[in-house]
Amino acid sequence: MHNIAMNSSLRSLPEVRSDAEVDSSLDQRRRELVAALCQVLPREMVLMRHEDTVAFECDALTAYRASPLVVVLPDTETQVAATLGICHKMGVPVVARGAGTGLSGGATPHRSGVILSLAKFNRIVNIDAESCTATVQCGVRNLAISEAAAAYGLYYAPDPSSQIACTIGGNVAENSGGVHCLKYGLTLHNVLKVRGFMADGQPVEFGSHALDAAGLDLLSVVVGSEGMLAVTTEVTVRLIPKPPLARCIMASFSDIESAGAAVASVIAHGIIPAGLEMMDRAMTAAVEGFVHADYDLEAAAILLCESDGTPEEVEEEIGRMEQVLKAAGASRFEVSRDEAQRLKFWSGRKNAFPASGSISPDYMCMDSTIPRRCLAEMLRSIQEMEVKYNLRCVNVFHAGDGNLHPLILFDAEDADQMRRCELFGADILETSVRLGGTVTGEHGVGVEKLNSMCVQFSAAERAQFLGVKRAFDAGELLNPGKVIPTLQRCAEYGKMHVRRGMLQFPELPRF
Amino acid sequence: MDAKDPVLARLVEQVGSAQAHRTPLDIRGGGTKRFYGGVPAGEPVDITDLSGITSYEPTELVVTARAGTLLRDLEAALAEQGQCLPFEPPRFAAGGTVGGMVAAGLSGPARASVGSVRDHVLGMTLLNGRAEVLTFGGQVAKNVAGYDVSRLIVGSLGILGIICEVSIKVLPVSVATATLRFDWDETHALRQLCGWRAQPLPINASAWHGGRLHLRLAGAQAAVEAACKALGGERVEPSQANTWWTGVRDQSEDFFSLRAASEAPGESISESIWRLSVPATSGVIALPGEQFIEWHGALRWWKTGAEAAQVRDAANRVGGHATLMRGADRSAGAFAPLSEVLMRVHQGLKEAFDPERIFNPGRLYAGL
Repeated sequence: MHNIAMNSSLRSLPEVRSDAEVDSSLDQRRRELVAALCQVLPREMVLMRHEDTVAFECDALTAYRASPLVVVLPDTETQVAATLGICHKMGVPVVARGAGTGLSGGATPHRSGVILSLAKFNRIVNIDAESCTATVQCGVRNLAISEAAAAYGLYYAPDPSSQIACTIGGNVAENSGGVHCLKYGLTLHNVLKVRGFMADGQPVEFGSHALDAAGLDLLSVVVGSEGMLAVTTEVTVRLIPKPPLARCIMASFSDIESAGAAVASVIAHGIIPAGLEMMDRAMTAAVEGFVHADYDLEAAAILLCESDGTPEEVEEEIGRMEQVLKAAGASRFEVSRDEAQRLKFWSGRKNAFPASGSISPDYMCMDSTIPRRCLAEMLRSIQEMEVKYNLRCVNVFHAGDGNLHPLILFDAEDADQMRRCELFGADILETSVRLGGTVTGEHGVGVEKLNSMCVQFSAAERAQFLGVKRAFDAGELLNPGKVIPTLQRCAEYGKMHVRRGMLQFPELPRF
Repeated sequence: MDAKDPVLARLVEQVGSAQAHRTPLDIRGGGTKRFYGGVPAGEPVDITDLSGITSYEPTELVVTARAGTLLRDLEAALAEQGQCLPFEPPRFAAGGTVGGMVAAGLSGPARASVGSVRDHVLGMTLLNGRAEVLTFGGQVAKNVAGYDVSRLIVGSLGILGIICEVSIKVLPVSVATATLRFDWDETHALRQLCGWRAQPLPINASAWHGGRLHLRLAGAQAAVEAACKALGGERVEPSQANTWWTGVRDQSEDFFSLRAASEAPGESISESIWRLSVPATSGVIALPGEQFIEWHGALRWWKTGAEAAQVRDAANRVGGHATLMRGADRSAGAFAPLSEVLMRVHQGLKEAFDPERIFNPGRLYAGL
């Protein structure tokens, strides 16, 4: 199955088990666990009744659901440590959870495990304008950091589209990107220190307030580890001066090839735009109907190319960008006059997901990355796949860094459409790997891309990942079953793979 | 990377045999950083034959090179396309390799502004202690499939495996640069560097030594000119500035040379060079000896005869750590001791990558 980002009104999959059906051994386990937890936590922080835990059954990948054994809502680090200590002693899996905005099921509960909700860790500990750093608890929202830093003329650069809701702890887990990461880097490049706890409840710090720390660079693997190596409770991030000015170019191209070539050409001319995004014609039409931003509906593709910095820098860079884009064959060209127009240019791109929801009952959002030079080839392949799987696909790209978000439109009530959609998605991911890319650029593996990991990595590489996990979490209790597929799972996926092309067989199993 | 490559096949065989016999291996590239970390020991493994740029697409801002490729050759190939390794890896002598650059993980003057070697590594092919050839990451900047193992290897001094091939993010050379000089004492220089941090200035590198601060600006022409005007100071002539920054990068500046014991008769304690990586806003750090400050205050080099404990304590007090960079006596370990919990993770990672403990024993920490 793939990243099925369903509309909010959507029918969710039927619950696998209701509270009443939970078998008695799990029930017994729950009673023991709750008793132990209530020794160290106030009773109201331990949720076990179905009506209290149902909200935690999935993250933004709503197609995957499970009932956790218990949900714990601590508000101090001591309570986190105590919870982990108990779970460690009892061998209970722990899934840490922030805002639950993840798109790959990284926070999907474990049926016999605890959901460790860190939502109450929402305090900004310190904004240090002198060192340009912010130390915040893990449950602080991404955007809240920039809002708090704004008083000092500073901001936190990584800006995933969900930044109004997603938390910094979740960003650390996923190594989140955003539209500005071509110039300003990913979460890893903007995090100095992560404080948290090991699986057994021992406190730990990765990184430091200096620019490096002694020993192996553990911060590099902790960031992006999807909650499988340690539990994050506090993060120190780097803040940067807010650029005094940002201006955006909107350029139309009459064919996909020249749009792809224009992206390469901007980079080839030594320009690193603050943002460089592409939408294809179908996507443009969908968002125009949604935001009415006066997009060029004739264009095969639209590029948004942004420059930020001091007024002198921006003027110089916009001039260079204009030259390059016009030489690359831009058919329509506009530079934002003011902030209002810049935001208008961006409004469609920022609303790509809801706009897709407005033209189709369901959509599946893909998230692969390919080398920039393959953008046109990839778009052509996707067009062929639309015919092959008889489904429509609209495309938004973080073109500057080759990260694709094709949105496959389908109706989940139609089982055959759902099946074709999954095959379409798998085809996009495998094509991305073949072109030298990766199955996930920024949304993470979670549970959703476990099968694709079998395509991208060899058995020895997957075993090495598992070795890394065990070095941190020998008992494999933190978010078990995510990110690294088992050998058996990959073997089964391999078998399906062979049969995959034969769409005419309705008995083909779903995966 | 092609496993049938004859040079790689030879390395695989050598590692396989070392694994079977538990023979310690001493991984060698150009041998330009033998002084760094614990004393090298073991049967030599030469990776210099594993050389050459595998792929370079300037429009992708990515270069992939095999570990034995000379840093000099890589940087020349990038320069032809107007690109560079923005983190300015040091060349302590001729013959430094890409593998050595990544294994040591050392970055030069621009690090505080543009990021480190680790920040720019996108992917890697690694030969682990089970003689398996593994590829992690890739050639694209955004990639969250699996743990970011290739970045974990940066700075690991070879203890987890042999780096075979690396993909690195590169950047265009800045359109304009300028170097300014200010005659300021340490306190004043640190205070100014602090004040500039929160402003949108194109500051790319800074170096303070002996009452003088050098500041390099890099970026758009207009931005650099505007900053020069705003900051004042004395503008350094470009070729002279280049020589200065190269000297800082490669540590060929006078400050970084140690007098041999024979040149300093009568001194009972020999001097060492220590690298103190500290929060940039730490005030003046007092130790006996002489100091060289980089990274806008985040890197303090000390040439001192002080005991290891005193130096480490000075770094610890401000939340940093001290590394013995150059010195005759490495018996106290080159790197700051780790907490028990972090050492346990280090042991676990060693076990996971190199179960027979054959690679570069003791180079990072004793027992690893």
